[in-house]
Amino acid sequence: MSNDPRSLSTELSKVRFLGSARSGVLDSWRMRLTSAALIPLSIAFVWIVLSLIGKDYNQVRAALGSPLESVLMLLFILAGVYHMHLGMRSIIVDYVHDNALREWTLIASACFCACIALACVYSVLRIGFA
Amino acid sequence: MSDANARPAAPSARPLSPHLQVYRMTLTMAMSIVHRITGGALYVGALLLAWWLIAASTNARVFSTISWFLASWMGQIILFGFTWALFHHLLGGIRHFLWDAAYGMDHPEREYLAQATLIGAIVLTIAVWAISFMVR
Repeated sequence: MSNDPRSLSTELSKVRFLGSARSGVLDSWRMRLTSAALIPLSIAFVWIVLSLIGKDYNQVRAALGSPLESVLMLLFILAGVYHMHLGMRSIIVDYVHDNALREWTLIASACFCACIALACVYSVLRIGFA
Repeated sequence: MSDANARPAAPSARPLSPHLQVYRMTLTMAMSIVHRITGGALYVGALLLAWWLIAASTNARVFSTISWFLASWMGQIILFGFTWALFHHLLGGIRHFLWDAAYGMDHPEREYLAQATLIGAIVLTIAVWAISFMVR
């Protein structure tokens, strides 16, 4: 960056494109937010799965459909899938160097995450409301 | 040191930035790589959770198919791997939180943290599977 006092370029144009001053830190914040949420939620998920061992179909549905289990599963799914989306996006931008392929891979990953989230949320709600 | 004025024969062949192959492998570096691999594995593993939930919400016949698969030796190996990947990634994430707060970044501490993650994930995985065998 030039600090020449005779320069006619504005202060804004000097710093533009030299780094993020907008939403660059947002993904980093959301990664930490979902990470923090997933510490108790993944422990709850493991506990729920363990509690279902040895149960038959109707018992599994009854357990998964109870309010506490349903809400914990929904929170785990939503925080988990958003965390997956952000994580896979940083993996893709690190390793896929071709521009077009990178964009399509990002789109595919976002769609995959949306499908997983919706399939899981719909199923949990369906079991709960049945 | 080589002559500073000597031009490299092929400038385009120089690396753009130092990458994995120029460093000696260390435990923290291996743990960083494994953190990413376990994250990717859990990403794919989410398919199994979606399949299981869809089956549970459909009917008993569909649910019995996935129950059979998960109880088979292949399903059990996948679930065991999923459990380990989950705990390894979970403890790795807690380690990253400590580093975010600038704790444990110096020499002996970061090695202890890496070892604690590695051993902790194995211990938790075995503990969960021990419980699973006790209750089944």
